Amino acid sequence: MNRTTIDLWVGIFVTLGALALVFLALKVGNLSGGQIRSPYSLTANFDNIGGLKARAPVKSAGVVVGRIQEIHLDKQHYQAVVTIQMDGRYTFPKDTFATINTSGLLGEQYIGLEPGGDPDDLKPGDVIKKTQSAVVLEKLISQFMFSKAAEGPATK
Amino acid sequence: MFRLVGARTINTQWRLGVMARFFGLLLWHSGSSFRRLRLTLREIYFSGVLSLTIILISGLFVGMVLGLQGYETLQRYGSEEVLGTLVALSLVRELGPVLAGLLFASRAGSAVTAEIGLMKATEQLAAMDMMAVDPVARVVAPRFWGGVISMPILALLFSAMGVFGGYLVGVVMIGIDSGSFWSQMQASVDFRNDIVNGVIKSVVFGVAVSLVAVFEGFDTDGTAEGVSRATTRTVVTSSLAILGLDFILTSFMFRG
Amino acid sequence: MSSLVSLRDVRFSYGNRDVLHGVTLNVPRGKLVAIMGGSGCGKTTLMRLIGGQLRPRAGQLTVCGAEVPSLDREGLYDLRRRMSMLFQFGALFTDLSVFDNVAFPMREHTNMPEPIIRDLVLMKLHAVGLRGAENLLPSELSGGMARRVALARAIALDPELMMYDEPFAGLDPISLGVIGQLIRKLNDALGASSIVVTHDVQESLQIVDYVYFLSDGKVVAEGTPDEIRTSEDPWVHQFVWGEADGPVPFRYPAVPYEEALLGVQRA
Repeated sequence: MNRTTIDLWVGIFVTLGALALVFLALKVGNLSGGQIRSPYSLTANFDNIGGLKARAPVKSAGVVVGRIQEIHLDKQHYQAVVTIQMDGRYTFPKDTFATINTSGLLGEQYIGLEPGGDPDDLKPGDVIKKTQSAVVLEKLISQFMFSKAAEGPATK
Repeated sequence: MFRLVGARTINTQWRLGVMARFFGLLLWHSGSSFRRLRLTLREIYFSGVLSLTIILISGLFVGMVLGLQGYETLQRYGSEEVLGTLVALSLVRELGPVLAGLLFASRAGSAVTAEIGLMKATEQLAAMDMMAVDPVARVVAPRFWGGVISMPILALLFSAMGVFGGYLVGVVMIGIDSGSFWSQMQASVDFRNDIVNGVIKSVVFGVAVSLVAVFEGFDTDGTAEGVSRATTRTVVTSSLAILGLDFILTSFMFRG
Repeated sequence: MSSLVSLRDVRFSYGNRDVLHGVTLNVPRGKLVAIMGGSGCGKTTLMRLIGGQLRPRAGQLTVCGAEVPSLDREGLYDLRRRMSMLFQFGALFTDLSVFDNVAFPMREHTNMPEPIIRDLVLMKLHAVGLRGAENLLPSELSGGMARRVALARAIALDPELMMYDEPFAGLDPISLGVIGQLIRKLNDALGASSIVVTHDVQESLQIVDYVYFLSDGKVVAEGTPDEIRTSEDPWVHQFVWGEADGPVPFRYPAVPYEEALLGVQRA
């Protein structure tokens, strides 16, 4: 095996590796899906975000219109502050309603936007005021159980 | 019994210390192996290109098995469409780096150990040293860096082939919708969190396997049995190192 | 004539096993000196001490005017560029061709352009009679040829000091004669000094200028080949003529034979 064939093979090898990385990044990962054109950011406060994670999609009528950039806790109100990167092509009225939904029974969680009727649009940096928290299964169940317990006889 | 365990432990510590010192020496002499790139390229050829077949074939089959098993389990919950996610995440995060690392250890690592061990047994290293050419710089460092460079490339290829295998079984054979296979995968595989972390893992494994391989080769006592013992030790030690490091790295990376 | 290598009262031990108990010897410039002795008497250790691969426990050791044990790594490597060693089985690099093996020291230590290296390699191979074998791999060579290639590699940079570790071991009589003649010729042609470590008495007595006998880590006899052949020293006589019993006993030291046999029965 002389030197030039070795060089050729190493070249092919490295190229294959680069192709595999590109394949994984674009086709398997969401590097391509993560591109949002001329993004602007909004924030929304939720009492409870359930299992919502950064980079989860923001959808309106089922169309992805943005992604969640970052999530942190507001120390004063003990609310989750979710920063959203919105696609610059879409604007929403000021009274847009943000809910946390789940795709399917066990699927991932995302934020759904339902536009209101306000003539003014949300501007970059604005806060979405109308929000609805995630449905937490345990909470539902315990509420149900407490109400049942309250209905029952209060004797000991 | 206890004394045996104690002696073993002390011996292990001692070897670890020697290996750490050897690693330092190796890094110290690594500058020259980048100046003479040709030597390192040669080693990338031997440890990387020649491992290509086993890596690609194993990757394909592991992906196909994941596709089959995953489908069997997922259909019970009626969520076959997340098969793509399952295959891709398990490959990119775990199986790609770990299995490629184990294969690399037994294919390339043992070969490097045997080669260096034989060079020592036939006095080639001593001859080189007498010619005022440092064997660590000329023989050991290129093999080490060749392995460190090859390993992540092999792991990426393994994962890519595995995803393709999962696609073959899931979409072509079983008939899951191709669109949902890919879109579910893309929705949940994150470039930085999953793919980059997988690459980091494979780089760490590459360093571990290559270090063990060159160290065991350099440390043989220069007899035929010594070389064969060292080769076995390379495979055992580096496999254990991969699994142990994988646990540590995983607990750091995917805890959130 | 000044000496190129001189050892004065050099002592060495592996762990607590003493190998050399005070060796004193000189290698004059331009001479071919043999160090002989039975297996395990410390000949190879002596060579490694001169090459700086081992450090003596005590004593003075100078090579080319440099005090070897006190040299740091840089100094040692500078010194080693001026000396060369032929290993017992050649120690050719198995992954390089004959040509690349001989070119190896030149490529590592000089910036000579490739055409000049080519000419030099062919010259060296011609000197050992193997021009035309430059594209073979070491695995395709016979033992004698491999040793000659190693010799060509050892003289690649025209060393001042050549060391041969058992150059005659495991060779057929013809190859043995060829190597012997080459060692002598190359020594004279290069104007180098050579040390031959061997236990092959008859072959080396024909080619060397001076002989040291080593036994049990000490120099027990020395002299020119003629002095050695006519030596009355019983040890030298036994070694040179290969007698089974003599000052070097045939039997490993043990309790008397009768005692060992009968002692077991009595117990």
